[in-house]
Amino acid sequence: MVDVIKSLGFEYVAANPGSSFRGLHESIINYGSNKSPELLTCCHEESSVAMAHGYAKIEGKPMMVMAHGTVGLQHASMAIYNAFADRVPVYIILGNILDIAYRRSVVEWSHSVQDAVAMVRDYTKWDDMPASLTHFGESAVRAYKLAMTPAMGPVVIVADAVMQEEPIPQADRRTLHVPKLAIAAPPAGDAGAVADAARMLVAAENPVIVAGRCARTPNGLKLLVELAETLQAPVHDRPFRFRMNFPTRHPLYGGGSIADADVILGLEVPDFWNATHAQTPVNRVGMEVRPTTKAGAKQITISSSDLLSKSNYQDFGPYAEVDLSIAADAEASLPSLIEACKRLIGADRRTAFAARGAKFAEAAKRTRQQTLEQAAWGWDASPITTARLSAELWNQIKNEDWSLVSDVTFMSFWPTRLWNFDKHYQYIGGQGAFGIGYGAPAAVGAALANRKHGRLTVNIQCDGDLNYAPGVLWTAAHHRIPLLTIMHNNRAYHQERMYVQDMAARAERGIDRANIGTAITDPNIDYAMMAKAYGIYSAGPIEHPDDLAPAIRKAIEVVKRGEPALVDVLTQPR
Amino acid sequence: MTKLTVLGLTAVAMLFLAAFAESQAPATGNAANGRRLFDTDGCYQCHGYAAQGGRDGPRLAATALSAQAMIRYVRRPLGAMPAFTEKVLSEQDLTDIYAYLKAFAAAKAAKDIPLLDQLRDR
Repeated sequence: MVDVIKSLGFEYVAANPGSSFRGLHESIINYGSNKSPELLTCCHEESSVAMAHGYAKIEGKPMMVMAHGTVGLQHASMAIYNAFADRVPVYIILGNILDIAYRRSVVEWSHSVQDAVAMVRDYTKWDDMPASLTHFGESAVRAYKLAMTPAMGPVVIVADAVMQEEPIPQADRRTLHVPKLAIAAPPAGDAGAVADAARMLVAAENPVIVAGRCARTPNGLKLLVELAETLQAPVHDRPFRFRMNFPTRHPLYGGGSIADADVILGLEVPDFWNATHAQTPVNRVGMEVRPTTKAGAKQITISSSDLLSKSNYQDFGPYAEVDLSIAADAEASLPSLIEACKRLIGADRRTAFAARGAKFAEAAKRTRQQTLEQAAWGWDASPITTARLSAELWNQIKNEDWSLVSDVTFMSFWPTRLWNFDKHYQYIGGQGAFGIGYGAPAAVGAALANRKHGRLTVNIQCDGDLNYAPGVLWTAAHHRIPLLTIMHNNRAYHQERMYVQDMAARAERGIDRANIGTAITDPNIDYAMMAKAYGIYSAGPIEHPDDLAPAIRKAIEVVKRGEPALVDVLTQPR
Repeated sequence: MTKLTVLGLTAVAMLFLAAFAESQAPATGNAANGRRLFDTDGCYQCHGYAAQGGRDGPRLAATALSAQAMIRYVRRPLGAMPAFTEKVLSEQDLTDIYAYLKAFAAAKAAKDIPLLDQLRDR
């Protein structure tokens, strides 16, 4: 089993130790010499999977996770759903004891299950429960291949305890082999459909490109820039920025509007319907829906999500009524789309595109100035504004090879508005299914992937998120994972507080009571002390903005020595 | 009476009521009480403790809106903001909040803040 696992090229296996995979655990550290994969000690299975989730978005390949088939998987399940919704490969091996004759005690009866994966099959891409070592080898390789084929996703193999712990039968030793892995080429769009898309885009006067999880790799970012520049078409991120698709200071980033667009191209956009519609807020009676597009606007989507859908969990979102739907991986389809566009662009269109590009470049300069003026409001406030925090942090990291591995949504997007993001690893998006508790472990996993590249990994960490499984701080300390964590400590489950406020306003009562059940105060949590308890350098809480720079500077010195560090900052809600 | 006539009369009546509401708005506000209400009634949740604005609500510090326009918006917002009725936020409450918001000094220009000024180059 370890030979097969090694053949798949895993660098790490994350696990909270469990008796149902003790055989494999022992084989990895002794037979496998605890190298490729190296075992990472985790304090919670949700952390294991979320670490693998963050790692894969930087490294572009899966980390392995081991867990109990029962209680461990129950802990891991939310993180698996996040990875599934985020279309990220995570490779999970579950321990189980199927044969009752092999179970030692009531504990092992409680930890055994007929169909372990049943609980998460709705949000995994593939699974198997091999009955022999030959079967394990084939399924383990197949699982890896499927996890890595867009649309990517988590896969699960159940490793039975008997197979893990008993000697390999003599008869099998001659026939066992490690199957060869061939990663499938990602599915590119149908040539005719891509040509149709190119015709629509080149003929358009106001095309807009909307990017979701378009750039799977650094090349995806380059290709999207090439497409946008070829067409001089603006590129929009969705409000939930899913990936690092496009340089944030490119003149075509964020320009134009959906309302003015005559052709809209969605590239791996999981919420394309939301990109083209508006809804009334929930506090009004009824739910009015209206398109935000103008009449006659043509809509095109290229998405591998059309190739992977499950029924039960509804992360697929509303049905988008588009004019041309291409079921394919967007990044793999971009080269042919770019070439098709270039073939169609004559001198007249080139002149029109140049004028369009100049208009967006001017608009981008104005937007930039407005953004900076907005950032100045509340500059000296305490709690510290998210704009000020972002500006102070940028000033400390701008000359480093940095990688922001946390979501910017709760920061009012200030990092992506102020910083210069132009490399693929500088942003990795968020949870996927918006399951909270992802942030801290995903950051640790991403930092681990960044470590060998010598990058300064930065995590702006929401307080509510950290409290789900803070033990991952210990994992970062134990494995010497350099990670700068800046607490976005607004002392509340603030998103939910806003929803409760919304309900109170709708019910016309108690609008001053939305803090009940949403505040994380009384007592205030001392995150610097928490980090210290887990063996991490820490500072704070920082209340005044002028104290930020020296605290961040000192923490970066620690991170550059190869250790994690945490700075607790009292922040505005958003 | 046709449906269109009814709609037209309704619109005229609403305009009249809106004008009446504006004339009934308290003339002056208590900024200190406005600050208290801003914090306790949850305005800060979207607009920030410094009314600086953010992802979920625009800047209100030193707002350019008139008191009447702000009150009208709070009663019937157009965006994602919840509607707050007279039952939970009186005209006087809103006038006090308005006085608090108007009392904010204008922010420094970005060019006068070194950290922001250095971000001006694209």
